[in-house]
Amino acid sequence: MARTMWDSTVGKKTVMAVSGLIMLLYLVAHMIGNLKIYFGAGEFNHYAHWLRTVGEPFMHYEWTLWLIRIVLVVAVVAHATSAYQLSRRDIKARPSKYVHARPRSSYATRTMRWGGVILGLFIVWHLLDLTTGTVHSGGFQEGHPYQNVVDTFSTWYGDVVYIVAMLALGLHIRHGFWSAAQTLGVGSRARDRALKTVANVLALLLTAGFIAVPVGVMTGVVS
Amino acid sequence: MKLTLRVWRQKNAGAEGAMSTYEVDGISSDMSFLEMLDVLNERLILAGEDPVAFDHDCREGICGACSLVINGDAHGPERTTTCQLHMRSFQDGDTIDIEPWRASAFPVIKDLVVDRSAFDRIIQAGGYVTAPTGSAPEAHATPVPKADADFAFEHAECIGCGACVAACPNGAAMLFTSAKVNHLNVLPQGAPERETRVLDMVAQMDAEGFGGCTLTGECATACPKGIPLVSITGMNKEWLRAARKVGKR
Repeated sequence: MARTMWDSTVGKKTVMAVSGLIMLLYLVAHMIGNLKIYFGAGEFNHYAHWLRTVGEPFMHYEWTLWLIRIVLVVAVVAHATSAYQLSRRDIKARPSKYVHARPRSSYATRTMRWGGVILGLFIVWHLLDLTTGTVHSGGFQEGHPYQNVVDTFSTWYGDVVYIVAMLALGLHIRHGFWSAAQTLGVGSRARDRALKTVANVLALLLTAGFIAVPVGVMTGVVS
Repeated sequence: MKLTLRVWRQKNAGAEGAMSTYEVDGISSDMSFLEMLDVLNERLILAGEDPVAFDHDCREGICGACSLVINGDAHGPERTTTCQLHMRSFQDGDTIDIEPWRASAFPVIKDLVVDRSAFDRIIQAGGYVTAPTGSAPEAHATPVPKADADFAFEHAECIGCGACVAACPNGAAMLFTSAKVNHLNVLPQGAPERETRVLDMVAQMDAEGFGGCTLTGECATACPKGIPLVSITGMNKEWLRAARKVGKR
């Protein structure tokens, strides 16, 4: 069965859809968690610490967090690998362009590939900036995420990179969520409008929710 | 009408092709697009030149032989086949670009003619029923719910012209394959091969070098028979169901 899935374009697209939905689920939780920054350093840092103690005493310190991280890494790798392989195949299947070219499909649809690459690069920067602190501006303090976030969004490039990536994320989800539904065979004529609406609402809420953090720092509401 | 045509000319499969420009005059707006090309070809023959090769057969919009990407659109600006497209859809003095279907699974044979036998091999992989049907059976012998009959007929309308592949930015044959799978999988006559049909046809589609679906919707927009995009969703559902069932065996 695993072989059948990975060898088929339809199966590989299913891998993309499922891994995409896992990441989407995570992003919803991540976005809600981020908004706690508006309730002050105490609550935000407490929430960050709680993430490490979830499931105790059954789970050891940080076990749950690492479990989530592993699932996410697997999802990112599966998503990117299937996207890369399918894209290679798609480009090969249409080697010569039409002389009379015209823009095909919506902006969100056309930017899925490059949008995905931008998001992949963003994730690397984001982890190096706020998880490991390797490229953090101003001294990175382990266990003080509130201050670290304020540091990042106090630089112009931190704001630009983040906001551009979140706009790319919104576009990616707009086409991706609806497409995942089609790939998994749950779309239908009757459900089409509802699925498109959910995709747009999710894209809008996630983009707005994530961008609210740098906007908070830029306007001085969060400092 | 006086028109400027820019037509893809290619001597044979191995030759380099290019767009050639032709002027045609005295075109009636009541002519079909293919009749307009016939006028061009008559002149080319009289002038001792090689006529433009293009596929056509019934010229009634039901056989699926005609193709042509006209001004970047498969079958041109109207939602119909090229043979049913009329010159009234164009203006006097227009420049019209005419190109063949573009996909690596549809190699150009000559000028505007492409080899679509990849579609035949997809059909051979499962686009049939193994039950002997003989002559038309008595209509009440096998009851088919009205909704299923309508669904099957909607998909049976596919004439296999390949416009979906030509329009798809990935050169994918998902809409064609899904039309065949949905048509036969919903009917009781097609039930015995329900799983193998979708698995084999999708496998053949991949083997032919067609691309994958990115849900751009271009195929359904180009389809002269109005096969809907949601057909692909239906095929994905059938494929996942079949992969699960066969995996358990």
